[in-house]
Amino acid sequence: MSTTVLEKTPLKSEQSPKRKLSLTGRRSAFLSVFFLVFAIAFRGKATLPLDRSSLTGFQESLNSLSAWIDNNRDSNPFFTTFVNVVRNSIEWLVNFFQHGISQSGDSRIIPQIGWLGVVVIIGCVVYAISNFRMSLFAMSGFVVLGLLGFWQESMDTLVLTMAAVLLSLIIGIPLGVLAGLFPKFENFLTPALDFAQVMPTFVYLTPVTLFFLIGPASATIVTLIYAVPPALRITAVAIKEVPWSSVEAAVSMGSTRWQALRKVQLPQAKRTIVVGINQTIMAALSMVTIAALIDAPGLGQVVVRALESLDVGRSFQAGLGIVILAVVLDRSTTAAASKVDSGNIVNESRRSRKTILTVLGVIALLGILTSRIFSWAGAFPGSGLLGAKISTWVNNYVNWFQMHFVSITNDITNVVSYGLINPMQTLLTQSPWFITGLAFVGLSWIFGGKPLAAISTFCVLAIVGTGLWSDTMVTLASTLVAAIITVALGILVGTWIGRNKKADRWIRPILDAGQVLPAFVYLVPFLGLFGATRFTAIMAAVVYAAPASIKLMADGIRGVPATIIEAATAAGSSPWQMIIKVQIPSARRALALATNQGIIYVLAMIVVGGLVGAGGLGYLVVAGFSQENLKGKGLAAGLAIVLLGIMLDRITQAIAHKSSKGLSSAAH
Amino acid sequence: MSAPEPMISVRHLWKVFGSNPEKIIGSADAGLSRTELRAKTGNTIAVRDVSFDVAPGEVFVVMGLSGSGKSTLVRCMTRLIEPTHGELELEGEDILKADDKRLRELRRTRFSMVFQHFGLLPHREVIDNIAYSLEINGVGKEARHARANEVIDLVGLQGYAHAYPEQLSGGMQQRVGLARALAVDPQVLFLDEPFSALDPLIRRDMQAEVIRLHHELGKTMVFITHDLAEAVKLGDRIAIMRDGAVVQIGTPEQLVAEPADDYVANFVRDFPKSHVLTLRWIARPLADGEDLSGPVLLPTLSVRDAARQVLEAGTVARIMDGDKLLGVVGAQDILSVIAGASN
Repeated sequence: MSTTVLEKTPLKSEQSPKRKLSLTGRRSAFLSVFFLVFAIAFRGKATLPLDRSSLTGFQESLNSLSAWIDNNRDSNPFFTTFVNVVRNSIEWLVNFFQHGISQSGDSRIIPQIGWLGVVVIIGCVVYAISNFRMSLFAMSGFVVLGLLGFWQESMDTLVLTMAAVLLSLIIGIPLGVLAGLFPKFENFLTPALDFAQVMPTFVYLTPVTLFFLIGPASATIVTLIYAVPPALRITAVAIKEVPWSSVEAAVSMGSTRWQALRKVQLPQAKRTIVVGINQTIMAALSMVTIAALIDAPGLGQVVVRALESLDVGRSFQAGLGIVILAVVLDRSTTAAASKVDSGNIVNESRRSRKTILTVLGVIALLGILTSRIFSWAGAFPGSGLLGAKISTWVNNYVNWFQMHFVSITNDITNVVSYGLINPMQTLLTQSPWFITGLAFVGLSWIFGGKPLAAISTFCVLAIVGTGLWSDTMVTLASTLVAAIITVALGILVGTWIGRNKKADRWIRPILDAGQVLPAFVYLVPFLGLFGATRFTAIMAAVVYAAPASIKLMADGIRGVPATIIEAATAAGSSPWQMIIKVQIPSARRALALATNQGIIYVLAMIVVGGLVGAGGLGYLVVAGFSQENLKGKGLAAGLAIVLLGIMLDRITQAIAHKSSKGLSSAAH
Repeated sequence: MSAPEPMISVRHLWKVFGSNPEKIIGSADAGLSRTELRAKTGNTIAVRDVSFDVAPGEVFVVMGLSGSGKSTLVRCMTRLIEPTHGELELEGEDILKADDKRLRELRRTRFSMVFQHFGLLPHREVIDNIAYSLEINGVGKEARHARANEVIDLVGLQGYAHAYPEQLSGGMQQRVGLARALAVDPQVLFLDEPFSALDPLIRRDMQAEVIRLHHELGKTMVFITHDLAEAVKLGDRIAIMRDGAVVQIGTPEQLVAEPADDYVANFVRDFPKSHVLTLRWIARPLADGEDLSGPVLLPTLSVRDAARQVLEAGTVARIMDGDKLLGVVGAQDILSVIAGASN
């Protein structure tokens, strides 16, 4: 009742932002009490549990849909003229690259280009796009991949990444240019891009395999879905950030639209587009490793198999390979971006550039020839001794650690499990679905009004419709616990490095590196330390999500205007008062965004944690990959993850929006 | 001005932002003030019924405070912003009827523009910035670089051909902007507050540069500024804009001597009148007790330049236009102008 009054008199509410906020606060508090009282009073009723092996009608029908697709794959025109054509073309592309550098072909026992050829080509390409030091670094990185004993797997990962990046750029850059030029087109694309980026990567796997079967084609397509958005978005930003004055000048001189784009906008956007290529490569690499779950070849598969057999040493060995590949690709493309930047001033003459490129081409050619003639330069020599050593060493270390510290790791696991995870999970799984659902809708209504309440109502009912309410609550419990820890870390570390430049200089590179690594890799160390438990998944999720939260928070703290800090200092604030009363409140919007990003990242990783015992929806998705009769259930679980993700994202965004609005009206 | 055929002719030009802008023009709403109209229909009138002619070789200054619509006006004249209504002719050709192709042709050959924030292309060397419009017009590399080098000499950028814009100071960057505009040898130059972003000393140099180029090349110029001193220094005639409308068009001395309304009067109040006011404006009939034995002076002489002679003469000076006596000017008249006595 009172909101309608409030909405009708916006002026009044703007004049007293404090009262409005406390109203929101009062409502939230009331909602929490309502939820707790009813959840406990009606505990155990209408919790909608479902056995791991039983199926609901909806899930059965997904199973039969999947069966129908399998039966009609070679006859239905939609498949024969479109889906299969796409699949075959992508497979052809991947095969082409694979025969080049990773797999034996029809006529050769080793790939067309042996390891030495690849290393030399990498060296030359990196030298051409960045510098000599980076080139040496990249070549040594690739040699280490061979020494780890994963030459072929690494090359498969590289091939898939290259194929996906190539297609992502072919799709993403032109669309990005269009989006940058035409705001209407961008508005049209934005919801789809948001959706692709909010969805945990895990969930597109099954639907895509439904159409494109498991294997490299599906792996490439899921990677595309994940890697096109950054390519497109950053290209659009690049075009838009070209100063309007130079575009206007070009038009005033009689440029056609095309001339203005080609001669003015694209050259100035080049640097940012290269940054976009870097992001696309990193996204693709991350997804290609996860695509191992749908039979994509490469390092990811080694990790998955090792995780399944709980072989920490081997998964560490392969994880190290992924990290090396990631670091080489990231560093060299970042260096390329900074070279584009300085290219304007350092006037590298065109002629010397041509000479350098010719020489590099000759060197690369020699490398390729050598690798085709001499067998030592063809197949990587040795049998990955270094890798085996590392694997054994890690396993020994993990055993030693577990033997001596088992009580400590158990204590940590237990404290978090009994103190946080269990109560949260009991509360959510034992509460009647309509009480929890009502709490979601109420929360949405408080922060986002009727439209958001409608979205949440739909999501809640649809999750119930998938038949997986109880599993969704298990996933939600883990997600919330991980999110709480993530946000706490975000506030603590973020405030610290936001206030302390020196700390920032040390910590930020670690955070950057953390964001570059594919999600998968995080499971490995925690699996070693804490075994296959929910706790492992939660900690991996925290480590995966924390960098984003910390950085957002730090930027928020740093963004508090210097005049405010100066005024507060002049008023005699102690450092503690400064943090609590000035900096954190001023960075409220950053905090809300950090929470939003934290939850989205955490959810993505918690479902990946289904691989190592996190249970809930993630487990069902994984089970769907391997067991034909659970495929429908896996699809339903994917759907539930999407619905949960959308709801959590919308609600936290609404909270962020509301808190920033409160801030601006308070500033007036 | 007595030129029979104007270079540019602007008639009843309007620019209204917002939805359904055509509806505003001619309706009762067109008479509303800006804030009233925005409250009523959400539209904003940026240019309101502007008409004027610019003669060949004239420097026509449009002056106004920020938000007065002067930048929109100049963009309407080059159709960087599409006018809502009105007529616009360049040497008798209806610019508003030009299709995209013809418009580009005009922009590449007939008129060019200099911008407040330079609008240089940061990824190109100075010489390639200057040669840009030749390049998009299909002129070969050798020919366009030769022409660019000519213009580089003309604006005093010798030795900077291969620098990048960000390596130059603001003043030098605007020289590149000028050179770029001159490269196609246009008939008309539009200059949109070209020196507002420069510091005062550099600005003075650049104003002198424009005066020199105008003397050497005789281009017609439409010059936008918010600085009265600059307007007076450069302009043959000045149009003063307020809230999108032109409130007065005249020579600098007309504006100072006969401001059309309080707004213009307020504008020119603190301007040293003796710099622009000529004897013609202060000549008066002979009073009792004065004789005609003083010096003879031209009516076009500024008060400041005449001051010494009149003050030293001891009697009134005669203002003669040929054989005709326009009136006399005495020491008292000179002093009251210099002292800035309000009317």
